[in-house]
Parts: sequence; C-alpha cells; structure tokens
Amino acid sequence: MRKVAIVGAGLTKFVRRALETPKELSFEATKTALDSCGLSLDDIDCVAHGSAPDAFDGIHQKGEYLADGCGGWNKPTMRVYVGGATGVHAVVHGWHHVASGMFDTCLVVCEEKMSNAMPHAQGFFLTIFDAITERALHPNLLWIFALEMNRYMQRYGYTKEDMALAAVNNKKNGLMHPSSQFKDEITVEDVLNSETMAYPVSRLDVSPVSDGAAAVVLAAEPVARRLTDKPVWIEGVGWTLDTAYWATRDLYYPRYLDKAARMAYEMAGIREPDKQINIAEPYDPFDYKALHHMEGLQLSPRGKTVELLRDGHFARDGNLPMCPSGGLLGVGNPIAAAGTMKICELFWQLRGEAGERQVPGDPRLGVAQAWGDLMQVSSVVVTGI
Amino acid sequence: MSEKLKVSGGTALSEEDIRSGKIFVTEDSLNCAYAWDTGVAINRYLAELKQGRIIATECRKCKRVMLPPRLFCELCFIPCNTWRHVKDTGTINTFSICHVHWDASRIKEGEDPHLPAVIEIDGASEGMGIMHILGEVEPEKIKIGMKVQAVWKPETERTGSINDIKYFKPL
Amino acid sequence: MGILEKITRNVDNRYWNPGVGAFPVKNRYTAGVAGQQFFERLKEDSKIFGTRCKTCETTYVPARLYCERCFERLEEKDWVDVGTEGVIHSFTVVHKTLEGEAKEKPDLIAAIQIADGILIHRLGELDDMEAYIGMKVAAQFKAKADRRGGINDIDYFKPL
Repeated sequence: MRKVAIVGAGLTKFVRRALETPKELSFEATKTALDSCGLSLDDIDCVAHGSAPDAFDGIHQKGEYLADGCGGWNKPTMRVYVGGATGVHAVVHGWHHVASGMFDTCLVVCEEKMSNAMPHAQGFFLTIFDAITERALHPNLLWIFALEMNRYMQRYGYTKEDMALAAVNNKKNGLMHPSSQFKDEITVEDVLNSETMAYPVSRLDVSPVSDGAAAVVLAAEPVARRLTDKPVWIEGVGWTLDTAYWATRDLYYPRYLDKAARMAYEMAGIREPDKQINIAEPYDPFDYKALHHMEGLQLSPRGKTVELLRDGHFARDGNLPMCPSGGLLGVGNPIAAAGTMKICELFWQLRGEAGERQVPGDPRLGVAQAWGDLMQVSSVVVTGI
Repeated sequence: MSEKLKVSGGTALSEEDIRSGKIFVTEDSLNCAYAWDTGVAINRYLAELKQGRIIATECRKCKRVMLPPRLFCELCFIPCNTWRHVKDTGTINTFSICHVHWDASRIKEGEDPHLPAVIEIDGASEGMGIMHILGEVEPEKIKIGMKVQAVWKPETERTGSINDIKYFKPL
Repeated sequence: MGILEKITRNVDNRYWNPGVGAFPVKNRYTAGVAGQQFFERLKEDSKIFGTRCKTCETTYVPARLYCERCFERLEEKDWVDVGTEGVIHSFTVVHKTLEGEAKEKPDLIAAIQIADGILIHRLGELDDMEAYIGMKVAAQFKAKADRRGGINDIDYFKPL
C-alpha cells in the first residue's frame, strides 16, 4: 500500500437553505479545494464522492447527478453511501483509490442539500426502520437517538446538564468557523430550557438541518511531496458495521466504533490513542454522541468522559481538544458534508492553518469519525503530519 | 492561508425569499407507496403474535434465543430451525418520551406523548430487546430496569402484527 | 439446505401493508445560482441564456455556474443570449400515462439542441407524423402573467 496524503481542502458555508443546487454546492467546495493546492481538474485522476439519502436532495441516482459538480466529468467516479458515516467514509474510499496504486490523485467530495426535503428532512428517515416489526409502531428518527441517549446517561449516572456541556463546548468552537451557520454562544441553561423533543433530547442537544458541501484532495506520496511541504498523511483508516438489529445491541456503548477505531489505530501504529492523539473530531449530531464516541474512539475511559469534559480536558486549549471545528453542533450538519468537514479541520489544524480556531501546541496527530446507517456503522480516519 | 481561500458558496435563503416568489422553486412529491413481504421468519412471528404469543429462534451454535426471530444467526452465519416461545414480560432497557411526529411536527396540546422503549423480553437471550411502546403509565414514572408486560388486543382484533400487542405496561 | 427447504414449505408467506406504506413527503428544489438567473431572464425578457466557457468554447444551455470540463467558474461576462430557436435532436411520441393508461392525445416530447446544450420540452402546433430529427423549432412562451420562473414558462416548442 502506498502512503496517501491530504493536500487540499475546501468548504462551502453551511446554511439552513442554500440558493445553490446540489451540483453547485459541490462545485464550490471542489473548486476551493483544488485552488487551495494549485491543481486543476487535469491533475485529478479519479473522484470518490459521497452523499447521504437520495431522498434529501430529492434526486435519485444522486451519485451521477452530482458527479460533474465534483469534477467527475469523464473520470473514474464512484459514490459511497453509508448514511451519516458517508462524509468520513468517502475519504476512506478515496484513500483506497490512491493507496492501491491505481491512481495518483483523487478528489473526495461530499454534499447534502437537506432543505430540498419537505416538510422536514427527518421525515425522510421513515423507511430506515424495519418495515414490519418497527415501522408499524409509527416510529420517528428521534426515537433511536433518545433511546440511546437515555441508556447512555442511565448507565453512567450522567445528567442532561452533563450532556449539554458538550453542546456548549462544540458550539463555542464553531463560532470561530467561517462555514458555521450559527452566530450566538449558548449556555447549559439554554440547552436545558430548550423545547423537549423526545426526552431526554431537547432542541439544543441536536445539530441543525443544513445545506453544504466539503472536499479534500488526496495524493500519493511522491505527488504530495511535490505539491506541498506540509502534506497531511492518512495514517490509518477503519470501518465496521454492527448488527442491523439495533435494539439487540446494548446502546450505552458504540460497539460499531470500538472495532473501527482499533483498526485505524493499529494501521497508524498507535498504541495509546488517549495519549498520542492531539485532536479529535468525534461525530456529534447530538451532544451525547460526541461523548459516547470519545469513549468508542478509546480517547476517554467509559463513564469518565463527563469528568474529563468538566476538567477542561476536551476544551480547545485542553489536553485533547474535542471538535475544535465546532462539529455538527457548532458548524452545521449537511450530513455527508459534515463528516468531510471534520477531515478538513484535521487538515487545517495539523498544518497550523486553522486561524483563530488553531489548537495550541503544534498538534501532530488527529482523528475524525462519523457514524451512520441505522446507528450501526462507523468510519474512522487518523491523520498525521 | 486566509479563510477566503477555504470557504466559497452556500448562499443563505430565507423562507420569505421563497414565499415572496423572489427565489424560484419547483415542488414535487414522490407519491409512492410500498408493500413488503414479511419473509419466512417474521411471517411466523406475526402468526404467533396473532395467537397472543411471542416466538423466537435459537441458534444451535451460539445458543442465542433471538428476537425478532430470524432464519439465520447473523453472528454464526448458519440457518436457525429451532423455535422457542418466550414470555410476554420483559425489562425496560431504555425509553423516551417523544413530543414530535415522524415529520418533526410537534404533538398537539392535550395529545399524549409517544412512549417508545427497548424492552428485553424474558426468555430471550440477554440484550435481545425489541422496540415497542409503553402504556398505562405516567411518563415521569418510567424507569430503566422496570418490569413490564404486554397488553394484547382482544383476539378478534388481532391481525398478525406487532400492533397485536397494544403496548407494554408496568408489572 | 435448511433455508431452501423452509422457503418451499412456506405457503402462507404474504405481503405486509400495515397502512404505513405511503411515504408522504415532498421535495422543493431551488434553481440554483445560475438557474435563478436563467429563469429570471426567461420569465422577464422571454430570453434563453447560456453560459460560454472560453477555454473549451462550449456554450451550455441552460446556463450553468461552471464548466464541467475545465472546472472553471462561468461569470457574468460569460452569459450569452442564445436566441429562442433550436433544432430537434431527437423526439418521442408518448402514448401512455405514467400509470400505463392510454392517453387521449399523445404527447410529443423532444430533445431540442440550442447552442451546445439540450433542452427537454414539449412540441406543439404540429402532428406527431410531421416531427423529424433536424427540424427547426422555436420557443412558444406562456403569457407573462402565467409565468412562474420555471421551465414551463415556455409552453412548448413549435415548428419555425
């Protein structure tokens, strides 16, 4: 396998409702990523793009539809789709293309336009439940998050206030992100006082519905070294699917992530992730998920995560900054694009280009993760400089 | 690198831009409906529910008694031919009190919140939960670990559906 | 063989439609940065615009934000009025509705080439036997009051 580096990155702003079409959003992120490393489409060998359900954008065969906006015209192009995990998985997918020796460069582009889904994107998840044993109960998407959050809190004696701390941490970081769709800082009280949607989930425990796109450029080692003196290496990748019988897996621990993380760390030669990793971008569509995933990523002992969070361990200037980008809670959640945004953040942070969000102390090693399908899949990418 | 080089596009619109006709939109509806085959294992599960019983399958290798029943064990990847009746009681593994409909619209004033739960059924292997709803309980009194029992529809009203169990109520 | 045996014995296998089979959702699409401007010109000025990439000399119709070949942004200066006439690149005569019922009167649907682009639209004011590939056609716009800023602001294309 060849070494693969990230050499460029680009984003659109994340907004609730974008004027741009899904193709146009993809173009903006892709063009920005290419410009950031001085490449043109002629320099690109292949495209690995990702987008979550077709139903959001309301365009079936979204892979083909998006391809030209992702620089895929007349090139080997392949779409990946693993629900919410798509944004990080697309990078794993692109990594395969280059690591295999088949291609020297690969564009990885993820896009989501959720505002096309009416009346609300949540409704489009209706058919992810088992049609006969679950959907007959008229479930909605929030149920599974609420059930998982409740189980997680009960298991370790965490409170809603504890969970809200993660929302406050991420939203605060996100205020400094140029793509963020938020302008205001929030407090723990704001989260606790926000509307209860599905106990224990309140309005501000949840990331927003967003439109946006994100892109990175991958290159094989010799090409990467020619292009930049600061390539960000993909040191490890991992992904796993757990059982689709989601109610039969105890929800307090993300088993699907445990294995994916260990796979990525082994490849990266990391033995003590909690000591060696300098920045973490766990997937945070809900505040509790950021903490839940820190445990699955082996970055925090099970049941001790809130304590560490309260001690400032995961703050931007702490020992192990959590979601310095702001994450999905702080920047926005255009599903697939949000995962790739996390990879963009690692790229900028490790190169020291994150502006006012820059994590102090020259971070060398970062991990990004996303989670999807019916709660059962996770993808992990470890990057280093 | 300046932030300008990192972010481009993502022009924010408001609902008013669209309502006023300033921004053109096209609306379309999928207008589709589905019907699903129950499959082999779930067919029997539903037939048993109609009789007022819950049935599971057992894997001869890992010995898991699985709910919902399945034709193959996804861990051992072998067929399952052994059927076992399990009880209609269980333990709440987790629950929610939901104020939101499937399309994110809010429940109306006076409408009861939905009470979904994962219930570990007695007689199935540990951790073998099914999703169902709770009833005959004050939402604030629900606790994880609470023992519950199925409340069945009258026999004549059962159709061979997961809804033949109306809900689970505290024991 | 266990699984196969079971399937052959399974005579009461049935389908399930518990009344939740419908997926009552809809989509709402914006026309996008280029599309918004394209439809504004169509609606207000009865004009069809394309965008021309000067690098590869392709003129896209409808106008686009970017050239998919060169991956260059197409700017204000790249917008060109391509007229309202085109040539039938191909066409089809549709006799059935979406549900498979016979249509009272067949629809004539054509791919109409304008500059380097193709517009899919209806043909009007001609019999299906008269249409041919290569035929020159022109856009018939709806009355201004009926235009909504969409592709249906053109009622149909008719022979020149």
